Formats: sequence, C-alpha cells, structure tokens
Amino acid sequence: MVIYGVALLAGCMLVGLWAGDVLGMLLGVESNVGGVGIAMLMLIFLGGYLMDKKKMPPSTESGITFWNGMYIPIVVAMAASQNVAAAFDGGMIALLASLVAVVASFALVPFLNRLGRKSDATQPTPETPPTKPAVSKEPSAQAARSRGTLVSAPSRSPTRHAR
Amino acid sequence: MIESLVTQLEKQHLIAAFALVGATMYVSYLISAKLTRGRVHGSAIAIMAGLALAYFGGIHTGGTKGLADISLFAGLGLMGGGMLRDLAIIATAYGVRFQEIREAGISGIVALFLGVLVSFVAGVAVAYAFGYRDPVSLTTIGAGTVTYIVGPIAGASIGASSEIIALSIAAGLFKSILVMVMTPMAARYIGLDNPRSAMIFGGLMGTTSGVAAGLAATDPKLVPYGAMTATFYTGLGALLAPSVLYIGVRAIF
Repeated sequence: MVIYGVALLAGCMLVGLWAGDVLGMLLGVESNVGGVGIAMLMLIFLGGYLMDKKKMPPSTESGITFWNGMYIPIVVAMAASQNVAAAFDGGMIALLASLVAVVASFALVPFLNRLGRKSDATQPTPETPPTKPAVSKEPSAQAARSRGTLVSAPSRSPTRHAR
Repeated sequence: MIESLVTQLEKQHLIAAFALVGATMYVSYLISAKLTRGRVHGSAIAIMAGLALAYFGGIHTGGTKGLADISLFAGLGLMGGGMLRDLAIIATAYGVRFQEIREAGISGIVALFLGVLVSFVAGVAVAYAFGYRDPVSLTTIGAGTVTYIVGPIAGASIGASSEIIALSIAAGLFKSILVMVMTPMAARYIGLDNPRSAMIFGGLMGTTSGVAAGLAATDPKLVPYGAMTATFYTGLGALLAPSVLYIGVRAIF
C-alpha cells in the first residue's frame, strides 16, 4: 500500500530529526545536528533491508518515489518563499562576504576530491568485515543492482537507479 | 466571480501552490528547451524564477517569506517550508547505496570542517575590510556567512547588536542564493559529476537549501549525496562559531 511507503519515510524523518535534536542538545548547540542526514541513512538501511526481504512491492515504493519526484517543485516553492529582499537590504558587505565564501568553497571542491581519493583508497579494505551494518549493506547493494542500477567503479558514477 | 476565485485560491492555498509551481516548471522547461536548447537546465531556470518572484513578493509586502507573504500564494510557504522540504530530501536517499557514502565519508567530514572555517574566515575578512574591528561583530558576520542560521545563534550567544545579526542573516541568505545560481554554472569546472564530489560539495557549502537547489539544477541524481553532508554543516557551525572560532577571533583582534 502506498501509505506504507509514506509512513516509512515519515517515520525515518521523525526519528532522524529527533535524534538530531538530541545530538544538538548533547553538544550544547541550539540547533539540529544532522537530523535530515540521519533520517536519510535510516531510509537507506531500512529501505535496503525491506527490499531484500521482498517487503517493498511497487505500490509501497511509490509512496517514497512520489516525494522524491516532488523534490524539485518543492525546491522551486522554497526559492519563491526565501527572503530575497532582505538579502539585498544587507548590501555590499553581505554580498561580498558570501561571494568570497562561495567562490573559495567552490575552489576547494576539486582539491578535496583529489586529496580524499588517495586516503580513501587504503581505507575500505580493513573496515568492511567487522562492522555490523555490512550484513544488510551487501545484499541491499545487490538488490539495487538487480533493480537496474548502473554497476560501476565505486567512486565514479552516480549509482541511484533511474526512475 | 473573480472574488470567489481569489477566495478559493486563498482557502486551498497548498493546492494553489501545486498548480502555480507546476505552471512555473512547465514554462521554465519550455524556455530551457526552446531558448537555451537545453544548455541551461529547466530546474535552474525555475529556481531563478522562484527567487525573482520572491524578491518582488518581498518588496511588495515588506514581509520575510518572499512571494508566500502575498495571501494568494501563502501555500508556497507550506510547500517550500522546512517540513515538506525535509521529507522530499529524505525521500531522495531511497535507493542510494551506502557504499558510496562510506567511500566519501572521510573527505565529507574534512569538507565539513574546512567548509565552516573557509566561510567563516571569508566573512570575517570582508567585515574587517569594511571597517569592523570588534571581535563580536566580526564573529557574528563570519558566522552568518557560514549559514543564516548560525549567524543569529552565534550573535545571540556572544551579545551582538541586532543590526549586526540582521547583516549576518543577509550574508547567509546571499550565500544560499549564490550557491543555487552558481552551482549549475560551476559544476563542470569543479568536477561536480559524481556522488563523491557531491558529498564534498555539500560539506563545503553547507547551506541545505542552496546545495539542494544547486544540485537539483545540476543533476538531480547527486542531490541525496550533497544534502546528506550539508545537513550536518549548520549544526557544526553552530557548535564552532560561538566557541572555538570566537576565541580565535578574539585572540587575533
């Protein structure tokens, strides 16, 4: 049923945001720390697990893929409800500060990309066997593959299945 | 007749927003295909149209929510608000392989710390160049350049004036707008075409709305990777700005 997918998504979001709040409190920050990221990881694991157990029929999946497809329209609505006028009120200093920050951060992307690749190349091998999630991780990768994902060199290409 | 139509649109505001955004997307994709021959992605045009509408909405009403402050378009605020946005971002993670995330994990964490630091330093440097000298103002503007949520958090905890906090919010807003607009243009030059660089990108930029929109306009497949790291950024910034970074600024100035 469609609602099962929506409910799974909603459950992950609620637990993730709650965990992010708790994490923020523990760190003494007045902010949610990675709540959405935690929820995404939960959905990856739970979704992968249920897929392996054949508990994700297409109707259930469509409850998640619908919201996935609504993503760009929602972002457009978000853009239309930003406080753009206030940003312009901030004037030159706000514009310059953010422009410098953005350009510097852009410039760092290729640098970090190269840097990380070397250090990560030695990482995964010793890490893979002992971690517990590895059990559910491997089959979920297989499941994703069998459902039409690009099989590819791990670090290069986008591997979400095309819908 | 017209009045009752307006009343209905105001009453069914979320549904009206669906229709409005759908129409905006249709026109944007049409412009993308006919006028730019697909060179500028339709979603990039739609996002810029959204920002332009938000600007005029803000000027028109003097409110803080762009076009959503006009009661006719109030549904946009709900549709593009935090709740549905987060739900949709999380939904993009479905079907992602954990392996991809683990492989970029360490670079993602490095990117997070470096991203907060670089934005903060950029903000402090520009504020200094504009004549600010006291550590509280410098830190608050630097924190605002991290994201528009970190600015007020840091400013409130170290006692900045409300004008400085407003300025820091403006810097953060500009950052998210610039990331939305510049990402699709810069993507090719910075190698933003795979999950790994998307995670690094999300960690460096941090503004969830900017990263989410920028990647959506570049390649929607990359959205979950960038969004994943970006959501840790604001928390990290809120942690570092009023503490370590403030102490650092105080030591220097």
